[in-house]
Amino acid sequence: MGIELKCFATLAKFLPENGDDYPVESGETVRSLVNKLGMPEKDVTLIFINAVRSNLDSEVNDGDRVGLFPPVGGG
Amino acid sequence: MPQILRINCRTKEYNFEEVGPYVNLGGRALTSRLINKEVPADCHPLSAENKLVFATGLLGGSTAANSGRVSVGTKSPLTGGIKESNSGGLFAHKMPKMDLLAIVLEDKPAEQAPFSTLFITDGKVEFRDASDIVGMDNYPAHDKLLEQYGNKLCAAMIGPAGETVRQTATIQFTDPYKRPARSAGRGGTGAVMGSKKIKAIVLDPEFANKVGAVDNDNFKTARSTWVNILKGHPVTSEGLPGFGTAVLVNVVNEAGALPTKNFRYGQCEHAAEISGEKMAEIIESRKGKTTEGCHAGCIIQCSQQYNDADGNYLTSGFEYETIWAFGANALIKDFDDIATMDRICDDKGMDTIEAGNTIAVAMDGGIIPWGDGKAAIELLKKVGSKDPMGMIIGNGVEFAGGAFGVDRLPTVKRQSMPAYDPRAVKGVGVTYATTAMGADHTAGYGVTANLLGVGGSIDGLKKEGNIELSKNLQVATAAIDSMGFCLFVAFAVLDSDNGVQTMADLVQSWTGNSFTPDDLIALGVGAMKDEQAFNERAGFTKADDKLPRFFETDPLPPHNVTWDYDEDELQAAKV
Repeated sequence: MGIELKCFATLAKFLPENGDDYPVESGETVRSLVNKLGMPEKDVTLIFINAVRSNLDSEVNDGDRVGLFPPVGGG
Repeated sequence: MPQILRINCRTKEYNFEEVGPYVNLGGRALTSRLINKEVPADCHPLSAENKLVFATGLLGGSTAANSGRVSVGTKSPLTGGIKESNSGGLFAHKMPKMDLLAIVLEDKPAEQAPFSTLFITDGKVEFRDASDIVGMDNYPAHDKLLEQYGNKLCAAMIGPAGETVRQTATIQFTDPYKRPARSAGRGGTGAVMGSKKIKAIVLDPEFANKVGAVDNDNFKTARSTWVNILKGHPVTSEGLPGFGTAVLVNVVNEAGALPTKNFRYGQCEHAAEISGEKMAEIIESRKGKTTEGCHAGCIIQCSQQYNDADGNYLTSGFEYETIWAFGANALIKDFDDIATMDRICDDKGMDTIEAGNTIAVAMDGGIIPWGDGKAAIELLKKVGSKDPMGMIIGNGVEFAGGAFGVDRLPTVKRQSMPAYDPRAVKGVGVTYATTAMGADHTAGYGVTANLLGVGGSIDGLKKEGNIELSKNLQVATAAIDSMGFCLFVAFAVLDSDNGVQTMADLVQSWTGNSFTPDDLIALGVGAMKDEQAFNERAGFTKADDKLPRFFETDPLPPHNVTWDYDEDELQAAKV
């Protein structure tokens, strides 16, 4: 079992085909994941793991739901 | 010299006055001061004693980017408290070119009096017969005005909801694309205009004086610094233009704070189907436009043109809040159904947040099935007619909840909540609770630091720091609304070292009056004080700053958080 990976807005183009069940290695962090996906680190400013605000150094584990966003706002 | 135009809607007399005690005020600071000083706080909002004020901001008429927002002030028929409702469109930049700082509608004619269109020109106001557009929806009525007044039309108008004095009624403004697509949405300002029997206000397209900065050199310098600040921030330069405000659907859903099924859950299963990303895809496939500004001089361009399946224009100004209310809170999945409801709301002239929440309450009460977009469309179409169901829906959440026997009503001061659950975004929850406006995200948008990482980072799931966050944002917002800026400039200003100074420099060089960052803060504090004083005289107490009890008792999934402030500690969010 991997993670449920979601890449939004301008990051959507980096979403791999197996995003619904994306394999992660032990010790995986958001940073290593982002690098693997080829996203520029500076473009990833909003990170949610299981609905909790997280950062590039947060750990990613099997079964997690990970949402990655560029800078966005609205209202 | 800018003047205040007072129009008596009963006697049809009018007077262009010196600004007098309202000198150095603009926008919301002006509307709130005038309502607080001149309207008896205990009057009925639809009575002759209430007034309706349209004010341009301190930077109205200027070429400073994103400074063309208009403030509409009154005693709200929805909340019974003071209201400032803010809109884009062409009105605010046009008023100073007619030497107008504010237009005040006073008194009201007898009940059976016919509706008029007010035509305002150089030193003169005409009450013109509006019988050819009375009863018409806003788009066709606006088309008639275009035929009559030409392509430079600049109008404010009400639809059938306003004519029938419904509590959700908006005032719609001409946008830069000749559509009545911009709204002073919240609080029922359109009902006050309807009670005064004014269908539309038209500002003479041919009357446009030249306006300019008093200190032009410094204004030009500040203006270019200002553009760099807005263009230099990723939210105002990329995020908002790319996907519109609806980009937030996925963000707030991922954060577990997207109110779903009348505020039962924090996540919505079909969020992806109603997201900003999905909207951009639909717009592009139908050759609409993903970026548009709501007023001249806007460089953020968060609006759009959404076409129907045949490629014809359907709606614009199609906001996150609207898509959330119908999409997540009422569980409607079809984007075209939601867009159709946005259009119906603009046509009938009703607030999309209040209307969407009312539809959710109708579903909660078993009037129509959950998620049934077609049934919801039929309910909304009744507003403005003589059908009692239209009267109920048009009066908003509290009224409809009473009619349908629903006890789950997400309101503060009788105004329903926008698209962030206060249990999981406590920074904005504090604003809902304490602002004089009733539940209003735009009065102090704590979503910035709670979810978006803008202006610092404060956990929205915990109490710590959120009262201070809300208070600071409420003051800053009141100042922004008074200068005439679009609230979205705050995204850039909050992360900028010289944003506040640059706004102050713009005001000082444009007006020629000394204006420092301290004056800017004082402007915001002053507006809030006027609003709080009015509400106190209208009978509001700290007990009115509570959220409905179910937010305290029902944990919100997925975080299973509750609302845990008492009204005494919340008082610290006020000035």
